[in-house]
Amino acid sequence: MASHLPPKPTPQHSTATAGGMAEAEHPRPSGLMRWLLTTNHKEIGSLYLIFSLTMFFIGGIFALVVRAELFQPGLQLVRPEFFNQMTTMHGLIMVFGAIMPAFVGLANWMVPLQIGAPDMALPRLNNFSFWLLPVAFTLLLSTLLMPGGGPNFGWTFYAPLSTTYAPPSTTFFILSLHIAGISSILGAINIIATILNLRAPGMRMMDMPLFVWTWLITAFLLIAVMPVLAGVITMMLMDINFGTSFFNAAGGGDPVLFQHLFWFFGHPEVYIMILPAFGIVSAIIPTFCRKRLFGYASMVYATAAIAILSFLVWAHHMFVVGLPLVAELFFMYTTMLIAVPTGVKVFNWVATMFRGSISFEPPMLFALAFVVQFTVGGFSGLMLAISPADFQYHDTYFVVAHFHYVLVPGALFAILAGAYYWLPKWTGHYPHLRLSQWHFWLSVIGVNLTFFPMHFAGLAGMPRRIPDYALQFADFNLASSLGAILFGASQLLFVLVIIKCVRGGEKAPARAWEGAEDLEWSVPSPAPLHTFETPPEFHPHQH
Amino acid sequence: MRTLLVWMAGGLTSAALTPVALANGWNMPVGVTALSRDIYSLHMIIFWICVVIGVIVFGAMFYSLFRYRHSRGAKAATFHEHTSVEVIWTAIPLLILVGMAVPATATLKNMYDTSEADLDIMVTGQQWRWRYEYLGEDVAFTSNLGTSREQISGADEKGEHYLLEVDEPLVLPVGQKVRLLLTSDDVIHSWWVPDLAVKQDAIPGFVNENWVRIEEPGIYRGQCAELCGKDHAFMPVVVEAVEQERFDEWLVERKQAAAQAAAGVDREWSMEELMERGEQVYGAVCASCHQPDGSGNPPVFPALAGNQPMLDDLDWHVDTVVNGVSGAAMPAFRSTLNAVEIAAVVTYERNAWGNESGDSVQPSEIAERLADQSE
Repeated sequence: MASHLPPKPTPQHSTATAGGMAEAEHPRPSGLMRWLLTTNHKEIGSLYLIFSLTMFFIGGIFALVVRAELFQPGLQLVRPEFFNQMTTMHGLIMVFGAIMPAFVGLANWMVPLQIGAPDMALPRLNNFSFWLLPVAFTLLLSTLLMPGGGPNFGWTFYAPLSTTYAPPSTTFFILSLHIAGISSILGAINIIATILNLRAPGMRMMDMPLFVWTWLITAFLLIAVMPVLAGVITMMLMDINFGTSFFNAAGGGDPVLFQHLFWFFGHPEVYIMILPAFGIVSAIIPTFCRKRLFGYASMVYATAAIAILSFLVWAHHMFVVGLPLVAELFFMYTTMLIAVPTGVKVFNWVATMFRGSISFEPPMLFALAFVVQFTVGGFSGLMLAISPADFQYHDTYFVVAHFHYVLVPGALFAILAGAYYWLPKWTGHYPHLRLSQWHFWLSVIGVNLTFFPMHFAGLAGMPRRIPDYALQFADFNLASSLGAILFGASQLLFVLVIIKCVRGGEKAPARAWEGAEDLEWSVPSPAPLHTFETPPEFHPHQH
Repeated sequence: MRTLLVWMAGGLTSAALTPVALANGWNMPVGVTALSRDIYSLHMIIFWICVVIGVIVFGAMFYSLFRYRHSRGAKAATFHEHTSVEVIWTAIPLLILVGMAVPATATLKNMYDTSEADLDIMVTGQQWRWRYEYLGEDVAFTSNLGTSREQISGADEKGEHYLLEVDEPLVLPVGQKVRLLLTSDDVIHSWWVPDLAVKQDAIPGFVNENWVRIEEPGIYRGQCAELCGKDHAFMPVVVEAVEQERFDEWLVERKQAAAQAAAGVDREWSMEELMERGEQVYGAVCASCHQPDGSGNPPVFPALAGNQPMLDDLDWHVDTVVNGVSGAAMPAFRSTLNAVEIAAVVTYERNAWGNESGDSVQPSEIAERLADQSE
């Protein structure tokens, strides 16, 4: 199979101008052009990560506007029109601008290093995939300044609120999503090509680190569903500008069709945002337990099972739209099934800890918090799967609590864990220990104070996406808003940690963590611009 | 390590407090129908299943974190797989889920059985109010937010039922099986009352069904659950459940009131009368989009104050109010407002906020127009 092919030995396509060996003769462009033209996977990885962090703060500010308005009952700070734009933009920016690019950035940096490849398989395409993103998100953010404001129909943009009743800027929103979608598809193609073709000699598929495995599966999900998103937003574009009636009931169209199409994209999208997190955590926990990951093979199969099931559960987002009973039952059963492979993963992580030799460096703290908090999100997910009960949970703050637990203390914590884990490899320095610990504990407290009370608000009857609420929800919202301020502010510590870490700090050796075993730890810290120009020796006993 | 202990202590405390929290009404309401109780018990069963699994998994995890610390000189074992354990922890969750699916399926089948209803109510969502039509009873009305703008802006103190009160509640008889037929005139809304455990989307072009049999008289409050535009937070649902006798009386009263409201179509209305009535109608129906001062919210909701094309063309103005604007946010009011109300609100819009057309429309003209249109 592909694994017997030698990795591409000639790195002439791995830098902007010429490439590794010729580098000395051809000076690289400097300044802005260096970043604009780079085809190096590490530089593009850094660009992705910096972009993602920027979007994380922009989306975070939008969230704080929302939380500030919800601090107490009544309308104080913003008008409902603007509030709806804030909730919508917060969701869009965080999903498409922060979480997804962060994982792509980590993949760019780490997948070649973990499989012993000199670069991504398609470096120029890699450059293009990244630079599409600033274009897409500048366009998306600019809609806030257009007449009628930006998208105000929720990140799920249900028709006809997003078509017949939408602000004029919606066409620009569609274009920006198209561009971001193209970026994702190209990125996914690149990752698949890299993993299938450029592994070190001797590295079989079942020898790959789990981060590589989870990303391979994620990339297939992306290729499968991003075109569906492109299709549905094109139908919206037609409805808005060309007089079609795909989703317009008055013209014989079907608003529910929109939701089927959107969630056929949307549910796999949810797993696109969590599978790479599983991979990161599966790298970190064994390292700091100084023990091999328990159940490597079952981890791979569980990931694949989750990916396949993700195509069969979309209508659990639509339990109250009036589906036929048979559909309701089918989607309830398939959704409940997802708990099985997900449970296997959690059990495997705990079994890895059992009889390990455990230490609590910052990456491990974030990874452990991930396991606990993601599982809390999984529990509420199991509750939401029970279709009759979902008639009460649906579209309430219980759902908001659920998906934020999976995405913030879940996916985002895994990204932070990954950043702390690999920062020594990227910069050559350990992150400042005290600051990292402060960042961790304040984040844990802040995130739980923000999202845990939302479970109660939802159960007590508070719908989501409202700028003002009845008085019995006041205490929950007060707590959530305070937590949000704490959580948001403590992320500034993360920026401080990164800046300090880039500038200096305790020097890290090649193998920065005692128990770390994957190939990335065999190259120096910081990783030089070009690594594995000759394929490394791989000893397949590591998993 | 100390911090880890603090964290564990915090976790245990919050776990111990959970029953207290549930007792204090932070939980899903039990509700007042047989179905709502079934749903509540499903919710509690799955909740406790999660708690038990959580205690086991997190217990094992924190035990390991505590017991096998590197700093205490723990040496790592070398095992990394165990087939029978892996099979067991795949199979047990599967069995639990099957056990959970059985009662959930039964409840769901019951929820979907909308047959043999004693009373049918058509529920229509509109930006941003609910319209209720008692099918076969010739009673229909819209139910608007009852909370004042002053309370929302903070100028007045907020009342007990802030944002969960309406001008006219949906009145239902207790003990009867009431079928709800839900649809929408514009975007998707969702009709939800937690105490009745009914939440159902109201979708344009679709008629969804749900049902409720309320067991106790009382007032039950809820609100729209699906984002439906800027006033999504301001379209509450209030259901007043009354004994059958009281319900029959109410139906009669309601019919008389409707007849009174429509009265006067044939007589000549003075400008003052029209303006006074028009201001009421405008405040209840139009102001949420076009603003109380007629300034609108362009470009989606045009200004009416100083709107010259509107002032120049009376016929177009009436037609827009009666039939709406196809493909835009303006709904048709021909079935929501009666002839008097349409005449009054058009007159008001043409003569308020510095609009000085001086012209007025008589209810009789509107009635004629509506009659022509329906032919």
